[in-house]
Amino acid sequence: MSTVLRAENINKYFREPVLFHVLKDISFSIEQGDFISIMGKSGCGKSTLLYILSTMDTDYEGKLYLNEELLSGRSGSELSKVRNANIGFVFQFHYLLPEFSVLENVMLPAKKLGRKPLAEIEADAIENLRLLGVDKHAHKKAYRVSGGEKQRIAIARALINEPAIIMCDEPTGNLDSKNSQIVFELFDELSSRKKLSLLVVTHDEDFANKTHNIITMEDGRILSA
Amino acid sequence: MMDFRVILGISSTHLLSRMKQTVTASLGVTFGIAAFIILVSFMTGLNGLLDGLVLNRTPHIHLYNQITPSKQQPVDLFDPFSESENFVHSIKPKRLQSRIHNAQPIINYLKEREEVKGVVPQVIAQVFYVSGSIELNGLVNGVDILEEDRLFNLGDYIVEGSPRDLAKAENGIILGAGLARKMSVSIGDIVQLTTASGDFFSLKIVGIYESGLAEIDDVQSYTNLKTAQKLMGQRDNYITDINIKLYDIDLAVPMAERLENQFGITAVDIKSANAQFETGSDIRNLITYAVSFTLLLVAGFGIYNILNMLIYEKMNDIAILKATGFSGLDVKTIFLVEAIIIGICGGLLGLILGYSVSVLIDHTPFETEALPTIKTYPVNFDPLYYIFGFLFALITTFLAGYLPASRAESIDPVEIIRGQ
Repeated sequence: MSTVLRAENINKYFREPVLFHVLKDISFSIEQGDFISIMGKSGCGKSTLLYILSTMDTDYEGKLYLNEELLSGRSGSELSKVRNANIGFVFQFHYLLPEFSVLENVMLPAKKLGRKPLAEIEADAIENLRLLGVDKHAHKKAYRVSGGEKQRIAIARALINEPAIIMCDEPTGNLDSKNSQIVFELFDELSSRKKLSLLVVTHDEDFANKTHNIITMEDGRILSA
Repeated sequence: MMDFRVILGISSTHLLSRMKQTVTASLGVTFGIAAFIILVSFMTGLNGLLDGLVLNRTPHIHLYNQITPSKQQPVDLFDPFSESENFVHSIKPKRLQSRIHNAQPIINYLKEREEVKGVVPQVIAQVFYVSGSIELNGLVNGVDILEEDRLFNLGDYIVEGSPRDLAKAENGIILGAGLARKMSVSIGDIVQLTTASGDFFSLKIVGIYESGLAEIDDVQSYTNLKTAQKLMGQRDNYITDINIKLYDIDLAVPMAERLENQFGITAVDIKSANAQFETGSDIRNLITYAVSFTLLLVAGFGIYNILNMLIYEKMNDIAILKATGFSGLDVKTIFLVEAIIIGICGGLLGLILGYSVSVLIDHTPFETEALPTIKTYPVNFDPLYYIFGFLFALITTFLAGYLPASRAESIDPVEIIRGQ
């Protein structure tokens, strides 16, 4: 098993309104097929950590490796390419482009990647939607489907480029228990069957307990892993 | 290429899903461009008309003998006084013959030059038109009427009859409209003239000429060159004026100067003769461009506002796009493309609207006694203005889109996602 993501001594400061040390010497790694959740109280820095790991936040100290390649210090456009090809995102709020159809939303990252012809991308996208049980909505506009369905569509989108890792920020945060269960089962299956790595920030204890590993954070430090 | 198609897809989806705003923004450009086209077409049409009224009929260079006092008085030539300051009072002009000396060789020389479009020799004769017991003061221009028509569009101002009629008639005359009215004569009538030397002539009216300038129409008439020479009792080498038209009007000034030195006659170029017309045209053009620019500026602010609003609404979209791997440049391009699509659509519509209104103006009746050949408002359909207008539309929308698009480029997705 290979290491997908590795963080070394990550420190992060907020400078506004006063200097504040958010993350203190965070080091850990994620192996292929790991299904890890990060827990902790509000304000402990878990979301901040996720944004750094996702390469969207570049204002930190320390080193971040993806597939053993150093990402720290690269330019914004290079990191965009890395995100596009290797990292899938699922957020608490569904974050689909509302005016685009469900299918287009799922296809967009693959179109940007441009590795496959359009017809193949479309077939992949429909396949992913089918996997998540939302293929019947493929041609609806994204704002016309329900919350639970939106979350599953967002997962289908995260999967489209066959990323090395999927990162989730409160993916079940505003879903009912039935939909949370569906989302969990999907993740579980992806990690065990497809050997996909998953990193989930969550408040949902039931959800976290079912994952392979829980990282608990407090005051910017990892307490237990 | 793939990338650009993806970006174009996103831009057009944004625009199509916000049809109302898109149409509003485009209409801003449309009206700006249409107003530019209409203003420029109408203004330059009018300029062309006014210039034509005087400049087309004015020779680029006019050669004649001007009556002036001699520049050198005898005392200047007298050696003992050459060192001193000489004052001569009451200098009288020198008696000159009004005919141009060696006119035919000058004409031949001019006709051979490449830059000369045409040369028209003229005889100007002072006459009295006799109507019963009344004598009216006037001038007769003896010209080669067909050449005069070709070079100076005389035919446009002949309201009855035609230049050809005069060319065919041995003793014909094209009478000024004011004269014809005063003497109550019309085509086919005979008009009596007396010359300064007292000779009587009868000429047949073959046409009526109306320039729109009353002081010309009340005195001037046209005859063939030969007729005018006969009026003056002269032979066919008697020429009083030579009018020259060039291909390039800008050569008139240096050429006039050269001819003056070469042949020792007075040469007046069109620029010094009609300086005020050029000034008028320049100022009208300046106003046209200033007004159009203001309109486009307003349209540009409209686009700027609408794109700014769009970007506020699309914060989430921008965050998602950036999170899923679109770079800042991609996002900037998306919004710039939107601005340019608005520019292209609005610009094209503006060209169509501008053209339609111009055609409408072109067909609006406009009759005035001063301009007998004009029946509708003058409009200039120069395609150059349409190209100009379209480029103008693209440039303003690009500039108006650039700032909001740059803002979108620098939006930090983390801040947006956190802010939820």
